[in-house]
Amino acid sequence: MRTIWYEETLIAMIRIEIDGQAVDVERDTTILQAARQLAIDIPALCHHAAVKPYSACRICTVEVIRRGRSQLTASCSYPIREEIQVLTNSERVIHARRVLMELLLAQCPESKDIRDLAHRLGVENTRFRTRGEGSNCILCGLCVRVCRDVIGVSAISFVNRGWKREVKTPFDAPSEVCIACRACAHVCPTGAIQAEDISGNRMLSFWQTSRELQACASCGRPFAPGAEVQHLTRGRDDLRESLGICPQCRRTETGGRLERWTTSAQSRAIKDHGTP
Amino acid sequence: MESEELQGIIDHYAGEKGALISVLQDLQGVCNYLPEPALRQVSDALHVPLSQVYSVASFYNAFSLKPRGRHHICVCLGTACHVRGAPRVLQEMERQLGIRAGDTTEDMNFTLESVNCVGACALGPVVVADGGYSGQMTARKVSPLLKTLGTSHEENQNDS
Amino acid sequence: MKKIRTIAELGTLRAALERERESAKVWISVSNETCARANGSDKVIAALDEELRKQGLADQVRVKGTGCSGFCDRNPMVVVFPKEIAYQRVSPDDAAEIVGKTLIKGQVVERLLHHDGKGHAVQHEADLPFYRYQKRLVLRNHGRLDPTDITDYLASGGYTALSQALTMSSEQVIEEISRSGLRGRGGGGFLTGRKWKSCREAHGETKYVICNADEGDPGAYMDRSVLEGNPHSVIEGMIIGAYAIGARMGYVYVRAEYPLAVTNLVIALQQARDCGLLGENILGTGFNFDIRVNRGGGAFVCGESTALMASLEGRVGEPEVKHIHTAESGLWEKPTNLNNVETWANVPVIINKGADWFASIGTEKSKGTKIFSLVGKINNTGLVEVPMGTPLREIIYDIGGGIPHGKKFKAIQTGGPSGGCVPEELLDLPVDFDRLTEVGSMMGSGGMIVMDEGTCMVDVAKYFTGFLQDESCGKCVPCREGTAQMRQILSDICEGRGRPEDIDLLEELGHVVQDTSLCALGGTAANPMLSTLRHFRDEYEAHIFDHRCPAGVCTALIRYTIDVEKCNGCGVCAKQCPQNGVSGEKKQPHSIDQHLCIRCGICREVCRFEAILVN
Repeated sequence: MRTIWYEETLIAMIRIEIDGQAVDVERDTTILQAARQLAIDIPALCHHAAVKPYSACRICTVEVIRRGRSQLTASCSYPIREEIQVLTNSERVIHARRVLMELLLAQCPESKDIRDLAHRLGVENTRFRTRGEGSNCILCGLCVRVCRDVIGVSAISFVNRGWKREVKTPFDAPSEVCIACRACAHVCPTGAIQAEDISGNRMLSFWQTSRELQACASCGRPFAPGAEVQHLTRGRDDLRESLGICPQCRRTETGGRLERWTTSAQSRAIKDHGTP
Repeated sequence: MESEELQGIIDHYAGEKGALISVLQDLQGVCNYLPEPALRQVSDALHVPLSQVYSVASFYNAFSLKPRGRHHICVCLGTACHVRGAPRVLQEMERQLGIRAGDTTEDMNFTLESVNCVGACALGPVVVADGGYSGQMTARKVSPLLKTLGTSHEENQNDS
Repeated sequence: MKKIRTIAELGTLRAALERERESAKVWISVSNETCARANGSDKVIAALDEELRKQGLADQVRVKGTGCSGFCDRNPMVVVFPKEIAYQRVSPDDAAEIVGKTLIKGQVVERLLHHDGKGHAVQHEADLPFYRYQKRLVLRNHGRLDPTDITDYLASGGYTALSQALTMSSEQVIEEISRSGLRGRGGGGFLTGRKWKSCREAHGETKYVICNADEGDPGAYMDRSVLEGNPHSVIEGMIIGAYAIGARMGYVYVRAEYPLAVTNLVIALQQARDCGLLGENILGTGFNFDIRVNRGGGAFVCGESTALMASLEGRVGEPEVKHIHTAESGLWEKPTNLNNVETWANVPVIINKGADWFASIGTEKSKGTKIFSLVGKINNTGLVEVPMGTPLREIIYDIGGGIPHGKKFKAIQTGGPSGGCVPEELLDLPVDFDRLTEVGSMMGSGGMIVMDEGTCMVDVAKYFTGFLQDESCGKCVPCREGTAQMRQILSDICEGRGRPEDIDLLEELGHVVQDTSLCALGGTAANPMLSTLRHFRDEYEAHIFDHRCPAGVCTALIRYTIDVEKCNGCGVCAKQCPQNGVSGEKKQPHSIDQHLCIRCGICREVCRFEAILVN
């Protein structure tokens, strides 16, 4: 362990080695974060910066050599606390990732994202029997975690366990609490969840849920689910006005305000100094 | 189940952190399964999102989201029972009842389940039917056991 | 019962109780645990009581429902004290004879005694071969105590260890446990003293101790037996541990499939509370501690510490990545110490007898005794407590009495679903944590399932893999998808669809599942398959290449036929066949219609002439 002066604060830095490159990182930085600092690419499916590491897909597996002992571990959640050596591309790592990709290919044979990633990792086919039923969901849980931890709605959850596990709304019925913010669709690594705005409604067919879009207070066009606007403005009267209009109108209005402000500043400057 | 009765169960665990599973166990104990309206009430009362209640209810073997039959038959598939022929017992149960493990007969008379060891290995293969243990089970003893259960059910009905 | 206010008061009470027990020398114990009750022990107790009343002996002779002393398949066991005459498989009808002959006339009821292989009758419990080779520390009072009566426990020296520990400093208690070399009996084999120490030293005012009674390994039931038969030994261990660690709250997470264990535990806790052994200011020492019981939801994965704690918090039992130890951040993110039932029950023994005495039992790195549940194809099924390092052969043959029906031993499976199979050539292996791991199995919680030539090892691998597939929480890909695929391949092999490349694929997949799974369940999920492949590869090959199940188990690969030499045409099988698939003339050899046969095996079960062949 060594210390360096960093912005006039003494921070304990730990030097580790990833694929032969040395890097100094703060304690509890994860291997995945450290690798990204070095622009070393580690594939990951269940990881997203918005939520805590979950370590379910295991695709980010790397080999860690610690005190002379080597083990495979998920890099997204491994906190660096001592000098270690990391191999992101050892034979053992590559082999493990390939077998994991074969398992995912058998689970979601139709997912383009999975096939692409498999191809990148050198896997074209799976030796395992297909067991998926058409869904592209790999059960990474990003949607569940984002909905619960970031959006604060908990409209969905894992149901059942083991190989029968699924992501569902309670009782597999249209959600009563979903605000159709489509954060779930946004973070889904395989595009299993899609959101579509059709004739004044936002459809999330994966959750059998649809929400009416609210009309923009300015232009009158439907732009966002009323439920989402309500969720965002709950207890925030100050936001109600600005979130009640669509992004385009908001931009136009802000632009107008800015223009009015500049014009008046210009005229003030002319008045004060005689020059624009 | 009346909502007051459920409220009584919930109140019993008042102030306890993480009471969800205990509440669901008591609920299951009374109703034999977890009815949807009750789960909604539990969610409201414990301030646990319904999705999480549903997740817990579907994760644990102890809970059933479907109504169960009047008679509950549980075939132990622990290792000791397995090597002594429990799969044949289960197979025969399934055949005679015409349902798969985990299901309930259409007339709601029998629910058939398997369990991963009831810890009575000396008796293996074991079947626990309505709380009573039957040891050294064989495929041949399935029919008499079902008959006894059926009869006791009829008797109960006549009594009441 | 009155609250006991001080350590001295407890001593006085115990002395009084001991005297009381001394004076009542003649009494009868009836094992009354789950498996005994299944065989009618309740009725035996009632019948004995009734008979004593009839004979006017009800005031002098007490009949006690006790825990099971371990010889489970001879239940109900009845022992008449003080001579300790042991009767087996007693029925209510035997009550009159036991009272009339043994109690009144002092004679032995010959037919109820244990008869060893040579036809000799054994009178005294301690002389039974099943017990002679055991060393019973944790089980010492099973079959002696009424688990629902705390005075019974107190009179047999119960809570002396607690009295002793409360006069020691917490560091001294931890030092004693550390020096004893006690390792966790739940599977991991972690040093208990070290675990306690790190929890003691962890920052934070609030700490918890937990007893893991979610005994999930199929075929292991010692924790059920200890909780049913001697719950106070676990409670006493937990109080001592809590005192040493600095915890004020404890939890017992117990399988809901063990209703009697829950009942007896709850009774014992209430009695301990009433006596002032739990609650505020225990025995006037200012130490506060109480225990709550939580019933498990029926999920094997909850044996894993982080999943168990998630479950206690009311959540789904999903393991979490463990880079911070639960000793620092466990239940509700507070420092938490988790031990299993048997580990806790060892604690009072160590405090009472001393660390050195305990450490003198066992092997270099595995100290004390271990309870094994010896089940499967074995003559004497039951719970066996032996010093660590006892050879497998001794357990199976000397204690277990060997394999029934003259069949040949094939393997013994240890360590539950995370363990593996040990073949005949390794039977002289001294059993301890490290030696079992060396041969590709593990100690686990102590299940020992004996398999004979009629057990198919591919079927066993399929059984355990299927178990783990169902019990995987489903969080990580290798465990969820990997166990499902392993199970699929194993099913294919058992059903005659195995491909030559399957063996390599199984091995390759197994190692990746081992290497990349999130928790120990997945990390060990390939063990049953890998260990059977290691020792019984030929059976896999027979299934794949010859489409043959050598043990005659896999239904897709076997046919039931009738031996015309042995069949005398009695017609019993034809009557019992659910498919009406057996036909033949009366008193002439019968035959089985292969198109109708569903291979249920009923014909073989009912045939008294061994005329049904499996091939």
